[in-house]
Parts: sequence; C-alpha cells; structure tokens
Amino acid sequence: MAEKLNIDQIRADFPVLHQQVNKAPLIYFDNAATTQKPKAVIDALQHYYELDNANIHRGLHTLAERATTAYELTRKKLATFLNAPSTDQIIFTSGTTAGINLVAQTFGRANIEKGDQIIVSNLEHHSNIVPWQMIAQEKGAEIKVIPVSDEGVLDIEAFKALLNSKVKLVAVNHVSNAIGTINPIVEIIALAHAVGAKVLIDGAQSVAHLAVDVQALDLDFFVFSAHKLFGPTGVGVLYGKRDLLEAMPPYQGGGEMIKEVSFAGTTYNELPYKFEAGTPNIADVIALGAALDYLQAIPADALAAQEEALLAYATEKLQVIPGLKIVGTAPEKIAVISFMVNGVHPQDIGVLLDKFGIAIRTGHHCAQPLMERYGLVGTCRASFSFYNTFEEIDRFVLCLEKTLQMLQ
Amino acid sequence: MGQPINEIQEELIEEFGLFEDWADKYEYLIDLGKKLAPMTDAFKTEENVIKGCQSRVWLHAEKQGDLVVFQADSEAIIVKGMISMLIRVLSNHTPAEILASDLYFIDQIGMSQHLAQTRSNGLVSMVKQMQHYALAFS
Repeated sequence: MAEKLNIDQIRADFPVLHQQVNKAPLIYFDNAATTQKPKAVIDALQHYYELDNANIHRGLHTLAERATTAYELTRKKLATFLNAPSTDQIIFTSGTTAGINLVAQTFGRANIEKGDQIIVSNLEHHSNIVPWQMIAQEKGAEIKVIPVSDEGVLDIEAFKALLNSKVKLVAVNHVSNAIGTINPIVEIIALAHAVGAKVLIDGAQSVAHLAVDVQALDLDFFVFSAHKLFGPTGVGVLYGKRDLLEAMPPYQGGGEMIKEVSFAGTTYNELPYKFEAGTPNIADVIALGAALDYLQAIPADALAAQEEALLAYATEKLQVIPGLKIVGTAPEKIAVISFMVNGVHPQDIGVLLDKFGIAIRTGHHCAQPLMERYGLVGTCRASFSFYNTFEEIDRFVLCLEKTLQMLQ
Repeated sequence: MGQPINEIQEELIEEFGLFEDWADKYEYLIDLGKKLAPMTDAFKTEENVIKGCQSRVWLHAEKQGDLVVFQADSEAIIVKGMISMLIRVLSNHTPAEILASDLYFIDQIGMSQHLAQTRSNGLVSMVKQMQHYALAFS
C-alpha cells in the first residue's frame, strides 16, 4: 500500500489553485495542457532575477559563475531524473516541439534519404507529425502510420508489418495527449531497433506521471517540456544517445555553439553546447531544477496512486451521465479522460464549465488525425494531477450535469 | 427604414439586464441560438465557412435592395446565440450603417469573452467578414 499523500499540504504549495474563477473556487482539470507551478518554482525564478541574473558560461564575475552553476545543476538533476549516462546528453530546448524539430532537421536531414520511411502513430500530437512531414517532403521520404483501435490502443501487429529496412525513424508519443493511452514503448523500441531504425519518444505527456529510465528503455531520443512537469514555460529537454548526437550536424548557428569562428571556417562546440546556440533561457532552466526537486520530494508511488484513484473515481462517476461516451478506454492510461456527449458540441460544454470555475480543454487537442479516426470534431478533456481532489471531481460531475441540462 | 442599429443594441442590453446570474443569461443566449432562423442549406458551402479552431461558422450575405441581409449558422449553440444577436443587430441595414457600427452591446451584456477567444470559435472572423461584405456591397 502506497503512502497516502497529504493533499491539503500539497495544494498549499500551489498558489494558483487558491482562487475564485467566475465567483466559484477554481477547479483546474487542464493539466495535460500545462501543469501548475509550486511556490518553489516561482521562488526560484524570483530569486534568480533578484540575486543571480547574469549571462552564463563566459562571464568570469561572481554572478555569472552563480548563474552558470545553477543552470548546469539543472542539467545534472535531469541526467539523474532520466538516468542518462552523462549530462552532455541533456540538451535544453524551448519545448517538446523544438526538440522534435531539432531532431528532424539534424538527424533527419543527415540520415533520411529519398525512398526512406518514417513511422508515426495515429495518436500523435501535430508537433510529432508536421516536423516529419516537412523533412519527408524535402527528402522524398514517406510517412507511415501505426493505426489505433477503437479503444485507443496502437496496433502493434500492424506496426510490425510496417517495419522494414527503409524505416529510418519511428516517432511516437509515450502517452497520448488527447486520450491518455500509455503506449508500449519498450516493445516499439525493440521492434524498431531490430530493423535498424532509431526511435524518438515524445514524452510531453508522460514525464509528469511515469518514471523514465532512458538507458533501461534503450531510448535513442526522448523529448519533453518543463511546463508539463510543474516547471516554467519556454524550456524543453532533448535527451539523445551520445553517438547519435555527436554525428548530428548542428541545428542553429550562433554564439555558444561554436569552438572557434573565423571566415576561413568555424569549428563547433562539444555536446551539449553544439545544440544550444545563443543565450539560453537561463532563469527558466534553473526553475525547472526547482520543479524536479519538488517532484522528487514526493514519494512517486503515492503520487501515482493518487492519480490512479482520481482516474478510476472520475471514470465511474462520468459513465452514469446519459449520452456521455468516454473516448479512449485503453487499459493502460494516465489520468486523462476525453469524452463527448451526444448532440452537444464540446465547445459549449467548455464555455459553460468555465462559468462554474472549472477549467477543462475542448477541441481536437492538436490531434486532428485521431479525431478524424473517431469521426469527431473534438472532445472534452479533463486531465488530472496529483493536487486534484475527489471533491473537485464531485463538483465537476455535478456542474457537467447542470451544463448539459442547459444545453439539451 | 428598419430599426437603427444602436436601438437594437439597446434592446439587447435591456433584455440581458433582466438576468441576475450568468446561468439565466446563458440560458437565454442558448435559447436565441436554438431559435436562430435556419440557414438555407445551399449557402452552407465550403466557401462560406469561417474556420475556428474548435467550431465552424457559416456566413452568407446578399444585397436586397439597399440592404445587406445575412444568414449564418454554427455547430456550437452558444456561438449560434452570439450569431443570432449579430444578425439581429446588423442584418437588414445599409452597407454604410454596417460599416459605421460599433458593436458595444457585446461588452455591455458581458459576452465579450466570446470575441476574445480569437482562435476557438470563428466569431471575430465572422464580425470582420460581415464588415467585408458591407464594404463589398457599398
């Protein structure tokens, strides 16, 4: 039995949760879009700007040294968080999308040729589709798609059938943002590697919920965003295997990423700086370090148990609403419930729930191919985090019923 | 001559003034959406669609004599309620009246959030498109 979290104490750490929205206490169920930030993260940002602000790596004064140390400390914490073999393989980006584009434009440009194939899945966010379409179009490569079942589970047999020696890269998410399915990445990676393909896992939706060990998973590339992990917006992380990162050409040119510049020719810096051109997002990287500290102070099994219990409770409560259908019923899911109600447009539900102070997401969730697969214009999505409560779910269900009465 | 645009706006402000809480206001808005005159099917074309990120709006305009007449529809009922009011205010007016109009009623009845959601519902584009039609017909 996992240790139980003290939810009141945890909620006290998140200032944003304690407010009225439209004259009702805020219920924040849009955690898959972005998570809220604990006070420790907000404090880290303020501390940095009030006391340590300086440009990093090249300054030799005290502030520059403090800022550099704090910035590089986050890289160390991330290496531990992901069990990366070295800190050099942790590259800071501006977010998941930037990480995917970096791999597409460097690894992709160097390794994908005419007639090659890139496999994505029907569950992907647009940001794990479009960068691959761009490089495929440029190179004359083909995109192949792993189909998804009615329940929201990837068809692994179909994936096996798609694999061949022309496949250079498989890009799938660890967890679906739209419907919460946890994909069998261990199997996907092993199968892809067996035909010599590399794998990029989009971890945007998984890092806040599941432990990721990049070595145990034999991951080639793993990307995620800090803001979905209780950290600030504008920071993302790319992990890559050393040999892959070293062989990849640089992405953007500029300061920081060079060793020596002359008009006769420029030599590039080593990992990870080769991919970090320009002054990085120093403050937010440092604050991400505070987010990791915060998260790691909470027992992981208690956190998972709370989210699982919230998912089970909300699923049971919602199912009794007439006409409501949960979209995505995979056996392996994180605490995300996508749903639709017969004859009601999701947007109308979202607008009225907001009037009750409840934040959910409505629409296609940047996963139009998945919506098309299910013949839907969009869904309503409630996504939970460990700071959510059973009482909030009760009020959500009650307000949803009132909303539907108004609309039907 | 039809009723002046600002007179219709004042009427709407008065109607919404009767409601004390948001739920009554929205029930009225939803009701307006349900009662919106159905759009002629032939006008619900790809050309007439205004794509919002979450829901679509169809808008058709034609000139009848000196006046511009609008028809519109949406997949979402609250957007339909907003459309119903916009048509009530702007339809059957001359291009010059439409171009000179200032839609202050939306703010006054507390519905400006639906025009602030620029990407999600297509309403902002619809208002712009209504003005474009008026300009084209003037």
